[in-house]
Amino acid sequence: MSDAAPALEIRNLNVYYGDFHAVRDVSLTFPRNKITAIIGPSGCGKSTVLRSINRMNDLIPNVRIEGQVLFEGKNIYDPDVDPVEVRRRIGMVFQKPNPFPKSIYENVAWGVRINGFRGSKAELDALVEEALRGAALWDEVKDKLHQSGLSLSGGQQQRLCIARAIAVRPEIILMDEPASALDPIATLRIEDLMRDLAREYTIIVVTHNMQQAARVSDYTAFFSTDETRTGHLVEFGPTEQIFTNPKDPRTEAYITGRFG
Amino acid sequence: MNAAARFHPNLPARHRRARWGLVLFQSATLFGIVVLMALLYNIVNGAFGLAAVRYRIYPGDLGLDLTTITALPPEQLRGLLAAYLSPGQLRTLEREKPLDQRSADELARLVVERVLRPKVLDTWPLVPSLLHTREIVAEVQQKYPDAEVRWMAWFNQRFLSRPQSSDPIRAGVRTAILGSLWLVGIAALTALPLGVAAAIYLEEYARRDRWFNRLIQTNINNLAGVPSIIYGILGLAIFVRALEPVTSGALFGAVPEGVTANGRTVLSGGLTLGLLVLPIVIINAQEAIRAVPASLREAAYALGATKWQVIWHHVLPNALAGIMTGTILALSRALGETAPLVVVGASTFITFDPTSPFSKFTALPIQIYQWTARPQPVFRNLAAAASIALLVMLFVLNGTAVYIRYRARRSQRW
Ligand SMILES: Nc1ncnc2c1ncn2[C@@H]1O[C@H](COP(=O)(O)OP(=O)(O)OP(=O)(O)O)[C@@H](O)[C@H]1O
Ligand SMILES: [Mg+2]
Repeated sequence: MSDAAPALEIRNLNVYYGDFHAVRDVSLTFPRNKITAIIGPSGCGKSTVLRSINRMNDLIPNVRIEGQVLFEGKNIYDPDVDPVEVRRRIGMVFQKPNPFPKSIYENVAWGVRINGFRGSKAELDALVEEALRGAALWDEVKDKLHQSGLSLSGGQQQRLCIARAIAVRPEIILMDEPASALDPIATLRIEDLMRDLAREYTIIVVTHNMQQAARVSDYTAFFSTDETRTGHLVEFGPTEQIFTNPKDPRTEAYITGRFG
Repeated sequence: MNAAARFHPNLPARHRRARWGLVLFQSATLFGIVVLMALLYNIVNGAFGLAAVRYRIYPGDLGLDLTTITALPPEQLRGLLAAYLSPGQLRTLEREKPLDQRSADELARLVVERVLRPKVLDTWPLVPSLLHTREIVAEVQQKYPDAEVRWMAWFNQRFLSRPQSSDPIRAGVRTAILGSLWLVGIAALTALPLGVAAAIYLEEYARRDRWFNRLIQTNINNLAGVPSIIYGILGLAIFVRALEPVTSGALFGAVPEGVTANGRTVLSGGLTLGLLVLPIVIINAQEAIRAVPASLREAAYALGATKWQVIWHHVLPNALAGIMTGTILALSRALGETAPLVVVGASTFITFDPTSPFSKFTALPIQIYQWTARPQPVFRNLAAAASIALLVMLFVLNGTAVYIRYRARRSQRW
C-alpha cells in the first residue's frame, strides 16, 4: 500500500434505507492518486458505498448512515461539515451519461461558475479548454462548443461529464460504472482517460467488468452480500493480488465467474 | 397436440376483441367530433343571418348606400348631420369632439346611428336565412311593410370595438373583452408565482413522509375540484368585503373618479379567478417539476451546487415549458368562468372600459349570459357573436400552450 497519507478512509460504515440494512461495517482506505475498483455482485451495496463518500445519499429520503468517512482527517458526516462543499471536492461521474441540456461549453462552465468563479471570460474559456483536454474530448468538440451537449455520442457525453467533474478541481473522482453504457471502443477510451487522470486525482470506480477492474485499477475491493442481502466488504488489496491470489474463496469464486 | 398448437386457437377471438375495441374508440371519438361540430354550428348559425330592419329614414331616400357610406366626402356627411339633427344634439356632439375633426368613419357611423336610426325588428339564423330567403322576405313584407330585409354579420369588427349598449345595433363587446383580459391577466399574475412557489416547496423541500405535507397535497388535489361558485363566495368574503380598502383602491387613493365600486372591482374578480386556478397551476407545475429527471439534479448536486442553484438553474428552466402550458390551460378555464364573477359582483351593464385594477368590470361570459337572458331575439344573435369572440380568445390561449409545448419538445431530449 502507498506510503503517503490516504486520500480517504471509511471506518465502520453502515447504511440503512429505512429498515433495510444495505451495507454493514465497511472499513476501507483509498490510497492517494491511485485507482481503486469496487467490484461485487449486483445489489451488494457498491453504489451505496460510493454515494456515501460524497454525501449523495443525503438526497434520498429515509437513508441513515453510521460510521465515519474521513477526508483530510475530517469526518464528512460531522455536523459542521457542509455537504455542498464535500461534493465540490469529491466529484462524481454516473453510470448513464447525464450532460445538462445546455451547450458543451456551458456543461463545463456551469460547475465552475456556481462555485463562485470570479474570473474573466478568457480565464473561464481557458478553464473549459483545460477540462475538455483533460477529459480527452477537446479535439472532438473544439469547433462546436456551443452545440448542445446532448448532440454528442454516448462515449463523448460520458467524457463531457468527466470534463464537467474535473473542471471544478475535485480531489477525488467517484465513478459508478462509467463505461457500462458504452461500446468497447468508447470503454477503452474512458479507461485510458482514467489512467491519465490518476496522475492528478484519486479515483474510485465501481465496475461490473472484471477485465476493466484488472486493466485499470491499482487496488480492488470486493463486496458481497450475506443471507439478509446486507452488503459487506469481503476483501481488499492490490488488484494484482486480488486477481491472481485472492485470500478469500468467495473472491476467487466471483472473479473466476463461479458466483453472482 | 404440440405446445405451439396450444397457443393458436384463441387468436381469431383476440383479433375480434381488438376490432371491437377499435370500433368503440372510433365511435367515442366520432361522438366527440359530432358534439363539437354541433356547438360550432349553433354559434355560427346565430352569429350571421337575415334581419328585418326598420329605418327612421331609409338610406335610399337620401340617395345613400350603406356599403359605401364611409367613402362619401366628410362635408357631405356633416351636411347630412346638420340637416337632420336638432341644434341641441349637434351641440352635444360638437362638445364631445368637434365634427370637423372627426374622421369619415366616425361621421358615417353618426349618420347611421342618429339620422337613419335602424332598428332590428326580427332576425333569422344563418341556415334558415340561406334556405328560405324568399319566404323570409315575403313574411317581412307582410308583417312589417316598412322594414327592409338585410344580411347581418353580428360578429364583425365594429362589434368587437364598441362598448356595451342597450341598442342591439350599436352594442359591442369591447368592454367585456377588456374586462376578460384584465381578469385573466390578474389571475395569471397571482396564480403563476404562487403556484410555482408552492409546487417547488412541495416537490423539492417538503418531505413526503411527513403527515402534514401529505395532508397539504391531498387538500390541493381536492381544491382543484371545488365548484367555482364556492370560490366566488370565498372571493366575495375575502376580496370584496374583508379587503375592500385594498381591492377598491381606497387605500391607495386610487378610486377612479366618480365610481365607487365598493371592492367589486376587476382586481377582486381577477384575484378570485387566481385562487380558482391556483390548485390546478400547482398540480401542473408539480408534474412539470417531477418530470425533470433525477439524473439531471444529481449531476448538478455532484458538482457542489446548492439546492437553490439546482432548482434555479436546472429544475425550473427544464420545467418551464410544462409549467407554462399547464398555467395557460388553467387560465383558459378562468376565461370561461361566469359564476364566481357574478358572486364577486361583475357588472351586467357597463359601457366604460376597465382602466385600472380598481375599475368596475364585466367579462365576456357574463355579457353572453346577460344577452341570452333578454327576451328580444336579436340579443341571441349578439350572444352568439360574443361566443365567437370568447372562443377565439380560448383558441389563442390554447394555441399558445400547444406552441410552447411543441417548441420545448423540439429543444430538449434526455
Ligand atoms: N434508494 C433506495 N431505497 C431503498 N433501498 C435501496 C435504495 N438504493 C439501493 N437500495 C438497496 O440497497 C442495496 C444495495 O444497492 P446498491 O445500489 O448500492 O447496489 P449495487 O451494488 O450498486 O448494485 P448494482 O451493481 O446492481 O448497481 C440493494 O439491495 C438495493 O435494493
Ligand atoms: Mg450500482
